[in-house]
Amino acid sequence: MSASLEKGVRVLKEVIDAPIASYFSSCVHCGLCAEACLFYTETGDPKYTPIHKLEPMRRLYEQEYTVLGRLKKLIGLSKAVTDAELAEWQELVYNSCTLCGRCSVVCPVGNDIVYMVRKFREGMSASGNAPVGIKGAANRTITIGSPMGVKLPAVKAQMRHVEEDYGLPIPMDAEGAEYLVMLSSMEIMNFPEYLGAIAKIMNQAGKTWTLCSTAFEATNAGMQIGNSDLARVIVSRIVEAAEKLKVKTVISPECGHAYTALRWEGANLMGRSFGFKVRHIIEVLGEFQEQGLLKTEGFETDRLTFHDPCQLARRGGVIKQQRNLMNMVSKNFVEMPDAGFMNWCCGGGGGASAIEEGEELRMEAFKKKKSQFDAVKPDRVVTACANCRIVMEEGLEHYNMNLPVVGLTEMIADHIPNPVVAKPEGS
Amino acid sequence: MAGLAQHGVSRRSFLKFCTTLASAMALPPAAGLAMAEAMAAARRPSVIWLPFQECTGCTESITRSHSPTIESLIFNVISLDYQETLMAAAGHQAEEALRQAIKDNFGKYLLIVDGSVPLGMDGAYSTIGGRSNLDTLKEVAKGAAAIVAMGSCAAFGGIPKANPNPTGAVSVSDIIKDKPIVNIPGCPPIPVVMTGVLAHYLTFGSLPELDKLGRPKAFYGETIHDRCYRRAFYDQGKFAKTFDDEGARNGWCLFELGCKGPVTYNACATTKWNGGTSWPVESGHGCLGCSEPDFWDAGSFYKALSMPADPLKTVAGAAVAGAAVGVAVSFVNRAKKSAAKAAHETTTLPDLEK
Amino acid sequence: MGELQFLTWVRGTGLNLAISIFLLGVLVRLLEIYSLGRKKDLAEPRSVGGASGMNTVFRRSIPPEGMLKNSPITYIGGYVFHIGLVIIIFLFAPHIKFFQDLLGFSWPGLPSQAVDFAAVLTIVALLLILFDRISKPVKRYLSTFQDWFTWALTFLPVLTGWMAVQHLLLPYTTMLALHILTVELLLVFLPFTKLFHAFTVFGSRWYNGTVNGHKGVAV
Repeated sequence: MSASLEKGVRVLKEVIDAPIASYFSSCVHCGLCAEACLFYTETGDPKYTPIHKLEPMRRLYEQEYTVLGRLKKLIGLSKAVTDAELAEWQELVYNSCTLCGRCSVVCPVGNDIVYMVRKFREGMSASGNAPVGIKGAANRTITIGSPMGVKLPAVKAQMRHVEEDYGLPIPMDAEGAEYLVMLSSMEIMNFPEYLGAIAKIMNQAGKTWTLCSTAFEATNAGMQIGNSDLARVIVSRIVEAAEKLKVKTVISPECGHAYTALRWEGANLMGRSFGFKVRHIIEVLGEFQEQGLLKTEGFETDRLTFHDPCQLARRGGVIKQQRNLMNMVSKNFVEMPDAGFMNWCCGGGGGASAIEEGEELRMEAFKKKKSQFDAVKPDRVVTACANCRIVMEEGLEHYNMNLPVVGLTEMIADHIPNPVVAKPEGS
Repeated sequence: MAGLAQHGVSRRSFLKFCTTLASAMALPPAAGLAMAEAMAAARRPSVIWLPFQECTGCTESITRSHSPTIESLIFNVISLDYQETLMAAAGHQAEEALRQAIKDNFGKYLLIVDGSVPLGMDGAYSTIGGRSNLDTLKEVAKGAAAIVAMGSCAAFGGIPKANPNPTGAVSVSDIIKDKPIVNIPGCPPIPVVMTGVLAHYLTFGSLPELDKLGRPKAFYGETIHDRCYRRAFYDQGKFAKTFDDEGARNGWCLFELGCKGPVTYNACATTKWNGGTSWPVESGHGCLGCSEPDFWDAGSFYKALSMPADPLKTVAGAAVAGAAVGVAVSFVNRAKKSAAKAAHETTTLPDLEK
Repeated sequence: MGELQFLTWVRGTGLNLAISIFLLGVLVRLLEIYSLGRKKDLAEPRSVGGASGMNTVFRRSIPPEGMLKNSPITYIGGYVFHIGLVIIIFLFAPHIKFFQDLLGFSWPGLPSQAVDFAAVLTIVALLLILFDRISKPVKRYLSTFQDWFTWALTFLPVLTGWMAVQHLLLPYTTMLALHILTVELLLVFLPFTKLFHAFTVFGSRWYNGTVNGHKGVAV
């Protein structure tokens, strides 16, 4: 059975809850959400106003769940939502929204607009109105196992490289390990130093850890497309793995939506709480730092700033840890304006970076990030999300800015002295 | 003037009366003299006073008009050919006096009416000599030069007209449409207001300037509120909360105790009562609004203008209905949501395509 | 209908109707919104002091970093007229009498000149935000008939009430009747328009704060 308007409408009716009803009833059209959204501020086009991105859902809510709305529909004063309308809204719901959540924190009446966009995507995806780029990523994640099409052999190859380079074993499928480490395709393909960094850190901290052959991918394209059924398929692989290997904590990598998907939506997708903890790698590093298990040497010499990934900081609640870690290895760490909780999105989260036709818009929106950099003029930018890294690199290149972007975990690991390689027995 | 002197009214006090009256009506100074001369010289015009569904309070009030001997002045200046309370005759003789006065002065007499006119039971609720007030009014009005509707009952229907109006009471102007009518409302009207309007008519042969409710602007042109000596307290927000609290004793504004001064047009605040002795607000009681139409039905005398005029009858019921409808709607909503959930078709990859 | 009769009608029948519709509407709307419920959040919570629904109900009244400078008229105009309305409605002696009749208890008010001052500021603020809604592209884009209508519903009671006390334009009796009538219109339409945010703002902020508080983020 194929996607259809009827299906989309049914899904929306299912997901509309009291919060959404309350939010729609509270909006006073003040427009402050637009002022918080980089897609509006950098383009000046009012159609990108966050609450406007939800207009079809608002009308549907009114027509289905309010007495007045039902009456209006009956007498023809309120038009039904059409497929064409949803198609028109695709750009607003996907291309120009990274689920960064800034709108949700500025709305004076308390509307959680990003929550509503997330729910609207359920209907959009079920009615066949999700962008082609994210559909592709979702397809690859579900069928192959990763949005970039990375398969186990590729992972194993990277494992071997890292073992050789760092002289540390990379465990896989080790039952009873304390930590199950997840990766994102980005890291496997573009930033393999991440795996080595994990190995060094775990080794120094004396913690047991493992990868899993059936669940190495943390990126959840189902989340980005906004479809709980698909997101559940992806999450359940991780949950099964964690339970099979009886780990205490699953570590989500430097990826934004992977963390949100597993840490905050995971249990709700599965319909039950987990028997294990979920932590972002930055949280784990923060814990190690507090417990004295993380010992670094030396400092970076150049001027550094930190870009807070939206899903980690504002949407995930991990804000202080990265700063403590930065200060551990840098004496020249400067904060951008609006850093931390109110940081501006890189422009590529929530699946946006997978939408080819949205690239021009993203480059426009990147001017906001650029302005933050221009304000502090760093030598390098540090962050903790592989997607942010790629998106920022692309944006910086577009604007001819020579500004390297690095990952925090790797930077920390760089300051951990290399381990003494224990020679295997009998060699 | 000889007649006046006989009654102990000196020329001096007569002139004083006329000038006082003229200034009270905001007429130019010369008018006072004109009034005196007119009243002294005139052939006493015929005045017929018909009492209908009334309490006689208006008659009582006019007899208190200012100087002690003023009633005899008026009764000597005009020829009061018919007034049931005050005339000596009664029964057939009184009715004969009425018929004669009408015949002798047809087209020229001034008709004063107090009390409302009941229409219920074919007018049988109020009769004089076996005839309904309605019939009497229609007949006597035919020969009147002008009609003075004295008091709120004649002017607007008054207390008989108040809810539920069992007698079907109406005002004079509801019945008579083809004669000039001046309304002098008040329950009762201020004595000197009544005599002042008569004096105006007698002097100038016409009714004074009237507002859109037919009331002489000279006396009814301003609200009590706009002339009230306690106004400064209203403007500051200093209100007496009970009749005996400190605010009341300090003479603060009586708005909260139900004063209808802001919506009432009358001369009480300036002309006052009892020969200028005092008036309700000065005595510590809020204005009742007695010179306004339907003031009996305008909510309690003791409820401020900002309070509901009547008990809110349907509010409790509406709340119950709202809760009931709300609960019903929530059941419908939840059922709809559950149905959508039950009909959920798990999305698989192909389902992303239309 | 005479002036006083019109006033008596709005003070009597009109008020009864308006408050009845208002109460009915508020109850239906509250139930129709909040009965939809919310699924329990099964994710392991992160408890951080200051991050909760209740906290957000209050904290959301403070403009987030950078926003006040970005949109001063929205915030300042909005605050002035909201606070102004509270002062006028709840601290003006004649209005307190009204509530006393409804609720059975009262409270001290402000001097009438202070309320008059608040009314003038409120009128100016409302005009300012109307102008802002017309001139700012985002607000103009979002605005529908309802936005202009509810502005008028809010503005007219303040204007007519102030004009009544000041004895401007129309005789007091009529001005007062118009004032009460515009209040009745406001009451009748409040539950069915965006004005209902007066009730739902608490729930919305609470939900937002709770969802984020679950993650340890103080919004």
